[in-house]
Amino acid sequence: MKSFKRYLFTIGATAVVTIAIALALFGTPTAGAQPGPAPTPAEKQAPPQTTPPAPAPAPAPAPAAAGAPAKTWYDELAARPIMEEGTFWMPKSVNAVADDSDRMFYAVLALSAFFFFAITAAVIYLVWKYRHRPGHKAEPSAGHNDALEITWTVIPTIITVFLFYYGWRTYVHVVTPPQKAVEINVLAWRWNWQFTHQNGVEDSDLHVPVNQPVRLVMTSKDVLHAFYAPVMRVKQDIVPRRYTYAWFLPTKPGTYRLTCAEYCGTDHSQMGKSQDKKDAAGHVIEKGRRAVLVVHSPGDYERYLAEKYEDQKGGGDPVDHGRKLYEKKGCNSCHSLDGTIKIGPSFKGRWGTQVQTNAGAVTFDENYVRESLMTPNAKYQAGFPVGTMPAFEGQLKERDIEGIIAWMKTLK
Amino acid sequence: MATQATGNPQPRQDKYGRYEGPVNEPDFLKVSKGLRSWLLTLDHKRIGMMYLYGILGSLLVGGAFALLVRMHLWTPGGGIVQQDTYNKFFTLHGGVMIFLVIIPGIPAALGNIIMPIQLGAPDVAFPRLNLASFYLWVSGAALLVGAVPFGGLDTGWTLYTPYSLESKTPVLVATMGVFLLGFSSIFTGLNFITTIHKFRPQGMGWFQLPLNVWAIYATGIMQVLATPVLGITVLLLSVERFAHIGIFDPTLGGDPVLFQHFFWFYSHPAVYIMIIPGMGVISELISTFSRKPLFGYRFVAYSSISLALLSFLVWGHHMFVSGQSRLANMVFSALTFTVGIPSAVKVFNWVATLYKGDIRLKTPMIYALSFLLLFTIGGLTGLFLGILAVDVHLHDTYFVVAHFHYVMMGSTLVAFLGALHYWWPKFTGRMYNEQLGKICAVGVFFGFNLTFLPQFVMGSKGMPRRYWDYDPQYTIYHQLSTIGAFVLGISIFISVIYLMASLKNGKRAPQNPWGASSLEWQAPTPPPLYNFEKPPVLHEIYNYDDMIEVEPDRWVRQAPDTAEVSEAPGDAHAHAKPDVATAEPAAALPSEGKPVTPTEPPEDKS
Repeated sequence: MKSFKRYLFTIGATAVVTIAIALALFGTPTAGAQPGPAPTPAEKQAPPQTTPPAPAPAPAPAPAAAGAPAKTWYDELAARPIMEEGTFWMPKSVNAVADDSDRMFYAVLALSAFFFFAITAAVIYLVWKYRHRPGHKAEPSAGHNDALEITWTVIPTIITVFLFYYGWRTYVHVVTPPQKAVEINVLAWRWNWQFTHQNGVEDSDLHVPVNQPVRLVMTSKDVLHAFYAPVMRVKQDIVPRRYTYAWFLPTKPGTYRLTCAEYCGTDHSQMGKSQDKKDAAGHVIEKGRRAVLVVHSPGDYERYLAEKYEDQKGGGDPVDHGRKLYEKKGCNSCHSLDGTIKIGPSFKGRWGTQVQTNAGAVTFDENYVRESLMTPNAKYQAGFPVGTMPAFEGQLKERDIEGIIAWMKTLK
Repeated sequence: MATQATGNPQPRQDKYGRYEGPVNEPDFLKVSKGLRSWLLTLDHKRIGMMYLYGILGSLLVGGAFALLVRMHLWTPGGGIVQQDTYNKFFTLHGGVMIFLVIIPGIPAALGNIIMPIQLGAPDVAFPRLNLASFYLWVSGAALLVGAVPFGGLDTGWTLYTPYSLESKTPVLVATMGVFLLGFSSIFTGLNFITTIHKFRPQGMGWFQLPLNVWAIYATGIMQVLATPVLGITVLLLSVERFAHIGIFDPTLGGDPVLFQHFFWFYSHPAVYIMIIPGMGVISELISTFSRKPLFGYRFVAYSSISLALLSFLVWGHHMFVSGQSRLANMVFSALTFTVGIPSAVKVFNWVATLYKGDIRLKTPMIYALSFLLLFTIGGLTGLFLGILAVDVHLHDTYFVVAHFHYVMMGSTLVAFLGALHYWWPKFTGRMYNEQLGKICAVGVFFGFNLTFLPQFVMGSKGMPRRYWDYDPQYTIYHQLSTIGAFVLGISIFISVIYLMASLKNGKRAPQNPWGASSLEWQAPTPPPLYNFEKPPVLHEIYNYDDMIEVEPDRWVRQAPDTAEVSEAPGDAHAHAKPDVATAEPAAALPSEGKPVTPTEPPEDKS
């Protein structure tokens, strides 16, 4: 009993001393402190515009099936195959703050391997050496040895104190975002993601800039989900009616996996998966894909935000959007709004009237406008040159066409 | 001086109080016949046997679900079943294996059969409670498995809210099952704690207890203290589901994370309810087959108790990414590492026991050595998950799946199989096929590693758990894992077959086939209704000095009557309660246990 008390005392004392030494050596990490990598993004932010946007903007209108809007460059990025090659153990690390936790992983791997092989070797050696065989008998030896017990209690104690301490320190960095970060709201539900950027753009893929800290503010519509991007080494449960947070500092542009890690029912493994695209006959022409994490090259994130904004919210109300497109797409160089005849007919006061075309009289209505935008030469007005107007097939989205129509209605 | 245990009904004594020897009582399997004599028995061995059959049946059911899951995951892209079916497979695999197999496996089945005999006692303290807890187990199991005909459960065994509140599957049926199973576990724990306190024979102090009894004692503490929380939790969940009171449901102002706190407050100690009895068994096996006293007996005994107590303080490590506060994460991470230390102490002591031994690689010893290596891997990989920064990456991936299978299956189930092979001859009276036993033990070891080592790699590469579909990069690991699962499954299946076959064709088992020192090996094989014909003679625990193997698999003590109990240092006799043991059980003895005319000579014919 006495020896046991001595044993407990020694262990307690060792733990206290080790913790004291650890604290003295490394100081106390505080949750509020600015983690090491925080200042870097500001410096790295400066030069982005020097490189021209790497992926060329949408390659010439793809010969897509009728009516299907062309893929934008950022959707093409998202549809790239996922490149996460890392080591035998881990996918590559794309998060500046994850490198410390990777180092801890490998350190513990080495430690575990050492202990495992030491114990295995000891077991095999002892079992072989003292195996039962004729003439062999168990020999007497001490039934216990306090010095040995203290040794093999104290050594693991010291090791675990250090493991805890470094794990905690790194963890504080992993969960404390810098003051300035790109904030993105995350809404998860069964079984999809919605990432809302600061300018209101919504997407089911997560697009983030490289070399800038990104902070996610997350909540769920229904049950628990978890945001997990393996290359970022970041995971956080998403709880309904409450916000949880995650952040990372992407270091390499690319397309990476984005998964739900908290079981959420039927399509838990399929979160954010798009439907297979099928042609009229029901054949799959493009497989659906899961939601991904796209880290943009410098400058591309801003471009993504702007273009996606145009796409989703451009001009706010449809009439504005239509007017902007009239200018942006260069319609104004041929079509006037004041009745002047330029290369093409003016738009003034035409809505609802009858138009004489090569195919007879046609009402200037929604269908005529749509057809004229998509295939201008199908019905052309008498007295104007044929084949001058470019076809916008594949370049305009549904809401663009709606906007143009809404705007045209206002041109009295 | 030999001390005679008093934990016995003492049927025949001469006028000097000495026992007339050998009496030929029929063994407990033959003492009465008919289904009724089994279903209404109060005999701890028969109740344990019924548990054992139930558990082996559940093991096959749970194993079948496991193999279905592994078959489905052979290829990416949604192998053989639809999402919902797959979700039901892994939920039922988890639920059946944890609640029906691993938690009751060693304590309720083998502990029930063996532990009272190890104490030299005629039965447990409360035989009727024992039978009640068996029927609670049966009812709970019926409800849990009964969820299958009602459509199957798809919540995961963890029943996390709010998903479990909304799931269209019969959650209520399953939670009622879990509730009953919890009570079964509490009753068993209560019964065993009382038995160990009160039924130790005079002269058997706490430090002459076999370590298996220590482990069951530690387990009992956890069962009694932790399981009520599970009961309350599933009850609240059930009430929430039909009455919408707003405890866990966020739309009613409840907190879904609170459920996780409640759940893990039970389920973390439950991990130790599963593993500590395994550790107790391994202590017995390693000592017996090394012919050496267990090294550092006290340290191993105390480490069981300290694990039991510490296990209550670490539940938060299941919730590092749940959204709980950083402070809580820090505290739970620090506390989590403390449980590693008693575990490490145990492993080192087991290894040290082999030193200068005379090691016999019988089937149970192969399982014990497997346990040693698998538990080492399970424990070491726990370090990764205790480290906050690393856990953020590994949480809810296959790394965790592999880790807890190493602890719960690689350790507990392997210990269960080891224990089953070790005590099988004692309570069935038959030897199993040793060759097949060894082959299957090795098959279990390699099959297990092939199943779960690839899962560590998958997990650290970022494969989330509970996924119906996966990225093609993981295919090779999944396929290795599936092959391993079949090696494992077939090995266990063959084990069950040859064990059952041994009941008919097995060689008759001698009284003490392994040369073990604890009291159950002094009882006849199989033991009679009240376990001992004459009170067992206490010897120093784990002392094999005077035992000789008179023929293969038959050991006797050289001079049992002159063997002395060494006076253990300190408080050996302080806790012994001489009279209780004879008074209490007598009142609770079943009426079926009237002395019966012997029909055949006792054991010891091989």
